Amino acid sequence: MNPQNMPDLIRILPEVVLTITGVLIMLFDAALPATNNRRSLGWLGAVGVTAALWSSLIQLNLPPGTAFYRTVQTDPFSVFFHVLICGIVLASILLSLDALPANQHHRGEYFALMVLGAVGMCLMTSAVELLVVFIALEISSISTYILAGFRKHTGTGPEAAIKYFLLGSFATGFLLYGVALTFGATGTTQINDIAAHIPAASSQLVLAAFALLMVGVLFKVSAAPFHVWTPDVYQGAPSPVVALMSTAPKAAAFALLIRLLYSSFPVLQPVWQPMLWIVAVLSMTVGNLAALRQKNVKRMLAYSSIAHAGYLLAAFAGLGINAIASASFYVAAYAAMNVGIFAVLSIAAGPDEKLSVIEDFRGFLFRAPLLGTLLIFFLASLIGIPFTAGFFGKFYSFATAIHGGAVWLGIIGLLNSGVAAAYYLGFAVKVAQPPAAGSAKLPAPELGVAVGLSLALATTATLVLGIAPTRFLSAAQSGATSFLPPVISDSVKPSTDVPDLSKVRWVR
Amino acid sequence: MIPASWYLILSAVLFSLGVIGFLIKRSLITVFMSIELMLNAVNLSFVTFAHQWHSVKGQIFVFFVMMVAAAEAAVGLAIIIAIFRARATLNVDQVDLMKL
Repeated sequence: MNPQNMPDLIRILPEVVLTITGVLIMLFDAALPATNNRRSLGWLGAVGVTAALWSSLIQLNLPPGTAFYRTVQTDPFSVFFHVLICGIVLASILLSLDALPANQHHRGEYFALMVLGAVGMCLMTSAVELLVVFIALEISSISTYILAGFRKHTGTGPEAAIKYFLLGSFATGFLLYGVALTFGATGTTQINDIAAHIPAASSQLVLAAFALLMVGVLFKVSAAPFHVWTPDVYQGAPSPVVALMSTAPKAAAFALLIRLLYSSFPVLQPVWQPMLWIVAVLSMTVGNLAALRQKNVKRMLAYSSIAHAGYLLAAFAGLGINAIASASFYVAAYAAMNVGIFAVLSIAAGPDEKLSVIEDFRGFLFRAPLLGTLLIFFLASLIGIPFTAGFFGKFYSFATAIHGGAVWLGIIGLLNSGVAAAYYLGFAVKVAQPPAAGSAKLPAPELGVAVGLSLALATTATLVLGIAPTRFLSAAQSGATSFLPPVISDSVKPSTDVPDLSKVRWVR
Repeated sequence: MIPASWYLILSAVLFSLGVIGFLIKRSLITVFMSIELMLNAVNLSFVTFAHQWHSVKGQIFVFFVMMVAAAEAAVGLAIIIAIFRARATLNVDQVDLMKL
C-alpha cells in the first residue's frame, strides 16, 4: 500500500474494520461445524464493532477533510454519528447473543448482516458524494431487509420483510431519481459542491430534485406521510433487529438529511423549513394518535417512533448550527432509550416473542423486578421525564424551534408529548399492576452476560444523556460546526427567521 | 438528431409507469418489476444528463445502479419465495396478517 494513501485509509478506517469483521464472521461461519451454536461469532462481531467505534475516535486527530477524490469526509459530525451507530450496533449484537432462539439457523449470517449493515450506515454519515451515499444506503437497507424477515417460519416475519423491501426500494427509486435530477441540474453529485452550482441551474429542476430526494430520505426516517411501513415491519421483525433498525439506519438517514439540507440546499431554506414544519407536525400527531389505540406493544412503539421523528424534525425550524446540534443530540437520546426498551422487550418476551400485547405485560414488575424497573425507566425517558435522555432531547429540540421563531411548532410538540404520555403511562401502569388472579405463572426471564452488558450500555447512555448532557451536547455542537464554513453563514445571523427569497438568484 | 429533452420525457414517463404499476398491481412479482422499471427509468436520465454535461459521471452511476439492482433482486426474490412458501400465494391483498 502506498504510504501516501494512509490518511485516506484512516478516513474510512471504521468502515474497513467493520467490513473485515463481517467477512471474517462469514468465513468462520462456513468453517464451524453445523452443531456449533455460533455465539463466538457474535462476540467477534461485538469486538469488531468496538474496534470500529474506537477507530472512528482516531479520526478526530485528523483535521476535517475529504478523502478518495472527495467522496468521503470525516469531521466531528461524522465521528459523532459513527460513534452513535457503532454503539447501537454493539448493543444490538450483545442483545441478540442472548435473545435469539438457541435453535435459530443461520446465526452466523445474522451477525454478519448486522456488522455489514453497520458499514453502510457509517458510510452514509461520512459520504459526501451522492453515488457513495446511494451505495451506502443500499448496503444498510439490504442488510436490514434480510434481518427483518429473520423469523421466516412465523407468519409475520416474511410479511414484514416483503413490506419493508418493497416500500424501501420504492423510496430508493425516488431518491435515485432525485440524484439524477440533481446531477442534471447542477452537473455535480458532490454534496458540498451542489450549493455553488444551484444559482446557475434551472430552478424547477432543482426543486424537483430536492423534492424527490426528500421523499427518499423522509421515508428512511419514517416521518409522516411516509411512515406506513413502520408498524408492520416493527411488529413482524425480531425484537433485537427492531432495536437496531428503529435507531441506527434512522440516525444515518438523519445525518444524510442534515448534510443535504445544510451543505447542498441551504439556498432552499425558505422551501424546506416550512416543509419540515408540516412534516414534523404531521409525524407527531399521526404517530401519537395512532399509538393511543394500539394493543400490540411493538406496534405502539413503532407509532411512537414516528412521533419521535416528528419531535426531532421540529429542531430544523431552529437556526443554523443550533438546529443541527439539537437534532444530532435528539438522535442520540432517542437511540439510547429505544435500544433500551427493545432490549427489555426482547428479553421479556423470550425468543418466540410470546408476550406481544400490552395486556400480557400485566404484573411484569412482580415477575421480573429488575427488568420491570428498567422497562418503566425507559418508558419514562420516552415520555420525557427529567433526568432521562428523552427530557433533554425534547427540551433542546423544542427550545431550538421556539428560538427560531416557530412558537406554534413548540406548542404543538408539547401538546403531543402530553398525548404520548397517556399511552406510555398506560403501559407503565399495566407493568406495575399486580398480576391477574388465576393467571398462569410465567417464569422470570433469564439475564445472560451479553444482554446484561447491552442493557447496561443503554441504561447508562439514557442516564448520562439525562443527567449530564453537556458533554454530548458540546460534541453535537462541534459536529454541527462542520457545517459553518461558507454554506450556512447566511442563516446564522440572528434576525433571519425566514431567509429572504429575493436574495436567491434563480437563473434559468 | 433527437433532442435530449425527449429522452428525459421518456424517462419521466417510464418512471411514472413504474410508480403506477407499483400502486395498482396486485402480484408481488409485478410490483417488484415496477420498481426495477423505476430504477431503469432513472438510468436513462443519468445517461442523458451525462451526455448533456459531457461528463462520464452519469454513466458510472448507471453501472452502480445496475449492480445494486441486481443485489436487490437477489434479496427481493428470496423474500418473495419465503412468502410463497408460507402462504402459497403472491397476491398482495392476501399478505395481510398485520393491519392497522
